[in-house]
Parts: sequence; C-alpha cells; structure tokens
Amino acid sequence: MPELIVYGIVLGSIIALGSVGLTLIWGITDLFNCAHGDQITVGAYIALLFASLFSRIGFLQAKVGPFSFHWGVLLAFIPAILISIGLAILIDRWVYKALRRAGAHFITGFIASIGVAWALRGLIYIIWGADFHFYTTGLRPMLFLPLGIKLRVDEIFIVIVAWAAVAAVYIFMLKTKMGKALRALADNPSLARVSGINTERMLMWAWGIAGVLIAIAGVLYGIETQLRPEMGWIFLLPLFAAVIMGGKGSITGALAGGLVLGIAQQVSTEWLMPTYKPAVAFIIMILVLIFRPKGIFGRRKV
Amino acid sequence: MSILKVENVVSGYGSMEVLHDISLEVEEGQIVSVLGPNGAGKTTLLRAIFGVIKPWKGKIFYKGEEISGLSPERIARIGMCYVPQEENIFTSLTVQENLEMGAFIREDDWQPRLEEIYDLFPDLTDRRKSRAGELSGGMRQMLAIGRALMLNPELLLLDEPSTGLAPFLVEGIFDRIKKLNEQGVTVFLVEQNAQALQCSDRAYIMEGGEKKAEGSSRELLEDEEIGRHYLGR
Repeated sequence: MPELIVYGIVLGSIIALGSVGLTLIWGITDLFNCAHGDQITVGAYIALLFASLFSRIGFLQAKVGPFSFHWGVLLAFIPAILISIGLAILIDRWVYKALRRAGAHFITGFIASIGVAWALRGLIYIIWGADFHFYTTGLRPMLFLPLGIKLRVDEIFIVIVAWAAVAAVYIFMLKTKMGKALRALADNPSLARVSGINTERMLMWAWGIAGVLIAIAGVLYGIETQLRPEMGWIFLLPLFAAVIMGGKGSITGALAGGLVLGIAQQVSTEWLMPTYKPAVAFIIMILVLIFRPKGIFGRRKV
Repeated sequence: MSILKVENVVSGYGSMEVLHDISLEVEEGQIVSVLGPNGAGKTTLLRAIFGVIKPWKGKIFYKGEEISGLSPERIARIGMCYVPQEENIFTSLTVQENLEMGAFIREDDWQPRLEEIYDLFPDLTDRRKSRAGELSGGMRQMLAIGRALMLNPELLLLDEPSTGLAPFLVEGIFDRIKKLNEQGVTVFLVEQNAQALQCSDRAYIMEGGEKKAEGSSRELLEDEEIGRHYLGR
C-alpha cells in the first residue's frame, strides 16, 4: 500500500502538470482543449527528435547523474518547449481565433479542438510511425526505500520537475502583472477590455504558458513510460477528470485533482486489475460532477 | 470646448435598434447625467461611446477627435474610463489587484495614484488584501470607480453608480462623484435615480432610446411636466 501511494504521487504529479495547462486555457479562453493531450505527444516527440540529434555530440551522450537518460534528453527540453509554445500559439491563431471572431459556441470550440487533436496525431503517425520509442535504452536505476518501496531514480526527477513547473506557473499567475491580467481576463473578459487589457495579446501569453507546461509534461511522461502516438490522447482522460475535479481555471484545484486521481488509480490496483485504472478516474469524476459540479477544491480562480 | 460629443448615433444589438438618433454633448469640467427608466437605452449609449458595441450610424468625438468604432482597449488609452453597471469588478482578484488592473496600461509609476484612490475611498484601504467578491455593494461600487480612476481619466463614464445601494449609501456615492469632479474629472453618468440631478450641471432625459429633454439641472428640476413624467414626482 505505501508503495502504491508513492507511485500514485508520481503519476499524480504528471497528471497535475498536464491538468494545470488544460485548466488555465479553459479558465482564460473558455475553450476546453481536447488537443491538449496530443500537444503533449508532439512535445514528447520533438524532444525525442532533438535528443537523438544531440546524442551525436559526444559529451551529451553521458548519463545525467544517477538517472537513466543522457544529457541530450535534458537539453532537448529547450527546443521541445520552444516549439510547443510556437505550436500552441499557431493553433490558436489559425483555428480558435477564427471561432472567437465568429462568436462560436463553446461546443464548437470543443469539437474543433478534437479535430486539431486528430490532425496532430496523424502528423505523428506520418513522421514517426506507430512504433514505441524510448528516450533511453538500457538499465533504469532503482532506489530501494523503507516500507518496501521501490522507486526508479528517474521518478524523483519527474516529481521534482513537475512540481517546480506547477509552482512556477502558480507564482507567475499570483505575483506578476501578466499573471494578474490573465486572471482578470478569466474573471471578467469585458471588464478586462474596458481596462485597456489587450485580449488577443493576453491569449498569446496564455497559450505560451500552456505550451511550456505541455512540453514538460510530454517529456516527463515519455521518461516515465514510452513514446507512442496515442500517449497524449489516452492521457487526456485523467487530465479531464483532474481538471473537472479542481474546478474551471483553478491551478491549485488541478494540482490537487491530479494527485487524488494519480493516487486513487494506483491504489485501486491493490484490488482491481491495472487495466481498470482509467475507469477509477472516471468514476471519481462522475461522482464529483454529481455532488460538486463546480469542482471540489474551492472556486478561487488561481 | 466639449470633451465628449455624440452626433446622431444609432446603435443596438443584433438587428435590434436600441438607440435612435441620439445627440448630446458634455462640457469639460462638468457633471452631466442622462436620466431615464429601465430600458431607455442608457447602458447601450455608454457602451456605444466606449466602443463595446459599434455605432451603426452617427459619430462620437472625444476632444474633437472622432473615436466612433475604436475598440475599448484603444479608448481606455486616450483619457476616458468607463465603469459598467454590473460585473464592474474582478471578483476573484483582491481589492489591490483590481486597482492594479485599472493601471494595467500605465507605464509610469502608478503607486502614488493608488494611494490617492485609497485616500478617496478610505474604506477600501483596510480591505486591500480581501477578495473583491467579498465586498459589500457600496464598497464594490467604490472599487469599480477606483479601478477606472487609476488611469487618471479626464472623462469618467458611470453606468448607474447608485444601483443596488442602500439609500444612505447613494448620497455618499454622489458626494464622491462631486468630489472627483472638483478635482477636475469630467463626469458623464447615466442614472434611474433622480438624485443624480442634484449633483449634475446638466442633464438629458432619455426614454425608449430617444432623447426626450435636455437642459441645466435646475431647469429640469423646475419643469413640472418632466418632474411628473420622468422623475417620479
């Protein structure tokens, strides 16, 4: 059991990281972005591409400290993040902006984002094929902790990076001028405009931040499991559940929702087959929707 | 010179025309109000002036320059600020953050201005860190006005500042508006509450999207027919 809780925290940290980006976009743009998962996939694959490029440079082939991956993977975070930011902003410019201009309904945006998701996944299949890919081959070092907890050393890295990224976004939203303006926009878009806040520019910021979180989530998820074209689409399901649990636009809610879901899914394997894990996530989500339709964790939009 | 001039403006929502050929002027340094019942088109008029909706016909001038059709983001930058009637604060932000958002487009140091606003509305001072959504109706209205004042506007547009306030607070709000005016801010406000006339220099009466009367506040107050028809006397 303690072992399962620890695994749950690892899984929950990645879910939380993905959910925070999703809930930010939902809160600020009012779009529930179904392409979020596939954007995560793209981030992971872009990192794969650059990691293999970087691995041709001798000194980048060395493993990073005790971890299973080499320096090339670590360095690949940078291009993955940059391209992910660019992609997120471009998708917004090309697809969602037109819908905003037309005053499209929430559902229209929702369905358009499913279209974007399929297009991105198609692109991954075309470029990389359906095979599994790994950032690293060979041994994955393990840690043996008390209470019979076995943990991969990589998972320590995953948890630290995920939490650092979430904390950074939280502080950005709470303390910086741009973060406050994004919250103002999420709170009351027409008053934001009246205050002179340029909505379109703010949306670029929002998508940019989401792009950063998306890329980091993609690479971490890739390190934790493996890369396959469906990874993000399937990952979207627990993200949905976590975001709905946390409440629209709530960073702390998404964080808590992600952790709860991660732990619940892993702990459920004590009694259930692991294949039922997604079902556990959804049963929790449905219960939340029935009893607390606005999310269980506070209504505060941060 | 008039600071604001509205010339034969027609506007509305979708295919519904709400404002029928409205013309009016606001002289610099004055308080000018538009009085009229619910549905008279007062809010629509303010929204058309501030660019939230586009005028279909007619022109709007600010200090002699045409502003009709500009976006609210642009208009906020030329010295005019607007306090909507409803949802006029960011409820999930703190009081202080609301005021900071009011100063969002300022690139100079707005800290002194912030302190001036707290001086003007001392009740807000102790609530700096409170969430705006937790404030009472009167404090919300003060915060809404405070937010708009952060840009040091020369012209302030107010949409029914007395809405939802207890009677003893209404006078307070009009007093503050007067005080602001004495500090040099021109005020253009729309109201259902005839008390607005007491603090105004001039006023217009609107009904059904049309201008029904205009004049100095004294003239309107003394006009029996207007008193009976529009001011509830």
